Amino acid sequence: MAFEFGGGLNLVLATPFAAAVVAPYLKKALGHNSAWLLAMVPAGIFIYLCQFIGTVATSGHGVNITPIEWLPYYGIQYSLFVDGLSLVFALLISGIGTLIILYSGGYLNGHADQGRFLSFMFLFMGSMIGVVLADNLMTLFIYWELTSITSFLLIGFNHKEERSRRAALQALIVTGGGGLALLAGLLLMYHAGGTMEMSELLGKGDVLRDSSLYVPMLLLLLGGAFTKSAQFPFHYWLRNAMEAPTPVSAYLHSATMVKAGVYLLMRVHPVMGDTALWTTILPIFGGVTLIMGTWMSLRQTDLKLTLAYTTIASLGLLVMLVGTSNETAITGAVVYLFAHALFKGGFFMIVGTIDHEAGTRDVTRLGGLRRAMPFSFYAAVACALSMGGLWPFIGFIAKEEIYAGLIGTNAPALFLTLTAVLGNAMMFGAAFVVALKPFIGEAVKTPKHAHEGPVLLVAGPVALASLGLLSMLFGDFVGAELLRPMANVVHGHHGHLQIGIGAVHVNFAFMLSLMTIALGVGFYFKYEAIRSTRGVLIRFLGEGPDSFFDIFIAGLVRFSARTVRLLQSGNMEVYLAATFATIAVALLVPMIAFDELPDWPTMPDLYIYEWSTLGLAVVGLYALLVAKTRLTAIVSLGIQGFAVALIFLLFGAPDLSFTQFMVETLSVVIIALIMNRLSLKEHDKRPGPQIALDASLSILVGLGFCLLLMSVTQGTFNWHLSEFFTEYSRAIAHGRNIVNVIIVDFRGFDTLGEIAVVTITALCVHTLTLGTGRMARKPKAVSTHPVSLDEATSGQKGAE
Amino acid sequence: MQTLIFRTTAPFLAALMILFSIFVTLRGHNDPGGGFIGGLIAASAFMMYGIAAGVQYVRRALYFHPISVAAFGLVLSATSGILSLFEAQPFMTSQWTFPTIMGVEVAISTPMFFDIGVYLVVMGSLTSIALKLEEE
Repeated sequence: MAFEFGGGLNLVLATPFAAAVVAPYLKKALGHNSAWLLAMVPAGIFIYLCQFIGTVATSGHGVNITPIEWLPYYGIQYSLFVDGLSLVFALLISGIGTLIILYSGGYLNGHADQGRFLSFMFLFMGSMIGVVLADNLMTLFIYWELTSITSFLLIGFNHKEERSRRAALQALIVTGGGGLALLAGLLLMYHAGGTMEMSELLGKGDVLRDSSLYVPMLLLLLGGAFTKSAQFPFHYWLRNAMEAPTPVSAYLHSATMVKAGVYLLMRVHPVMGDTALWTTILPIFGGVTLIMGTWMSLRQTDLKLTLAYTTIASLGLLVMLVGTSNETAITGAVVYLFAHALFKGGFFMIVGTIDHEAGTRDVTRLGGLRRAMPFSFYAAVACALSMGGLWPFIGFIAKEEIYAGLIGTNAPALFLTLTAVLGNAMMFGAAFVVALKPFIGEAVKTPKHAHEGPVLLVAGPVALASLGLLSMLFGDFVGAELLRPMANVVHGHHGHLQIGIGAVHVNFAFMLSLMTIALGVGFYFKYEAIRSTRGVLIRFLGEGPDSFFDIFIAGLVRFSARTVRLLQSGNMEVYLAATFATIAVALLVPMIAFDELPDWPTMPDLYIYEWSTLGLAVVGLYALLVAKTRLTAIVSLGIQGFAVALIFLLFGAPDLSFTQFMVETLSVVIIALIMNRLSLKEHDKRPGPQIALDASLSILVGLGFCLLLMSVTQGTFNWHLSEFFTEYSRAIAHGRNIVNVIIVDFRGFDTLGEIAVVTITALCVHTLTLGTGRMARKPKAVSTHPVSLDEATSGQKGAE
Repeated sequence: MQTLIFRTTAPFLAALMILFSIFVTLRGHNDPGGGFIGGLIAASAFMMYGIAAGVQYVRRALYFHPISVAAFGLVLSATSGILSLFEAQPFMTSQWTFPTIMGVEVAISTPMFFDIGVYLVVMGSLTSIALKLEEE
């Protein structure tokens, strides 16, 4: 394995993980101001990535980074590539990441675990950049799962609250389960496309679409994308994820992670999109999510939940647009994704600041904050203007493109257009509810005396809100260098896109925009009325899956409890009988079924001392069978073992014999010790049927092993290995004792595994016997479940 | 087991057995023996001493917890295989050196350290189990 860092990008991608390691120490040394220093990491990544902008925009195709080999046989390697789509995503992640790290510095100022929080944030940042830059499908999958895991850690950050823990677990189960579906989908892609590299798959044209595995492949990929991007009916985890501290909601659950699903859909669109299945499933799920999300957002009083539902809705809109496979609609989706990351990230941070400074984020308990928090107010209005799709903010261009792409004359197009208009109008209403309600009107007494947040809290939202406008002022650059290359990658053509203050065209799309605004204003003023309606269906759609999740998990727990009770009776005798019966069946059935029984051997020609050793073994066995007490039985078994050790010695296996002597001695002693500790009766009395069963099991297992050994020795023996070891043991391993050379050198790796098992066994025994000393056990001795001797002894024998 | 003869001779017997176990371990590469058998002998020595004198004396004599001894052995065995990586050879390729110490050529090798690791694992694990069981 060679760790060559072919491209500087590989090194750059490692920096967030390095920052995650040092963050807690920096925080300890510098307090919350360490955020200024730590924010340099994503800022540096952002600047580094900027150098790709020109290359990607002019060349029109991606830049491959020298891969690091991992499992070349399976085509698995660590490889990255940068093209228009991944670059914009990576820039958003690192750019917004910079602002979020600063914001976290202020938001969790004074929190005992701030260092750990920053550490998790960096882990997430590194994983997320990895998802969008990954070229190899397995690299993609690993980073994808890493985002699920880091998201779990961040949602459960306030781990002392039960709600947080539940939300974290739910997010992990939903997105992790989706990740498994994704893995299967990616493997099918590899199978059909013949390569693990995404950049190569993208050049394969219709290979995936024409594959016979297209349908399962697409459905599995959608399983991954829909769970991650919180599409109905998996949206509930995103709502519950709002338990996380606000910087997490702003970063993971609006601007970046939840877009991973959309990213995946955009990524595979050129090779898997534009089929009947694609243009059916995606718009339906996206549309339902859009309408459900926006309606639910208007019903919330918690500002954060309002935003969470609009995020769900926006993701639905994006999925719907990608699902149309229409060039203009996809361009609209790209612009909207960009605009959404800016305004939603800003919005969340503003709500966090309100919560932080006023002590509540319940819209009914807030009002008149505009004087106390002017910067937050202006930033909020700017975000709302962009979210509502109003000129001169970037959201306006997004909406125009969306409408232009959706308009059509056939029934589905009409339906989708209506869905988009309705969804956007409600989104408009929700945006202004969040941006205006807390700030205007009479000042309301809030739990904390509200005032503007510190610069760490205000810098982020102000920057993101102004970017919504700045990206219009520099529309030529944003359009030509960033978003058009991105859109080209997604739909696979060279389309056109005009962004700028002057890009206002009075056409049908513009009319739809006016209609949206009019409806949106209506929703804004009817907000109180909507909140008090009791829409049964929408409640069922919105919150039903959440309760279903609980039912599902509770059912799973009950099912496993039942299975465990069935399989694990807790009775040692049953376990042992099952084990030995299995061994007997495994040994005897194949031999009889395939007619491989050995021939009856001729009487061997043995010396008298060999006969007498055999006789000793038989005497030992006889003594065992007729033994009156357990102790006698154990010692008799030892006699038989020693006789076998003697036989090994006589037939030229001193090592084996030596070991057998030691093992026999130790097991007799240990069994005697165990027996001493269990409160057993001195005599082992079993009922008749039990004796018959045990005896027949023993005879069957013994017979099985006997026949196995006989057929092995009667077969032709392959001397190849023996010759090899005899020849080379002295020559290359410098040892005359072949057995030992095999153990420590030729097959040392096996031995390493075995001694690891021995150590683990000792650890287990140590733990099991903790506090079971005679003193600790005595008072309970009466109530102890009676254990018979053969449980203990044969258990020990079986473990050997 | 409170018999005077056993109690008196047990420490000497145990010491002899330990010595023998080391001998058996080291000669294992050329003659019958090796770390596994050596470890078994050493474990039975401690076991016997424990039966004769009491577990607390064995624990004191051992100084380290037997589990720690086993864990150390496992680490020793695993790390002995790493040495070959520095020679750009696959994991666990044996490395040999034959220095002359006081006029005698001594063979020192990674399999030897590996075998000592096996010895410690077997000895530590079995002693841990046995002492735990002997404890009253």
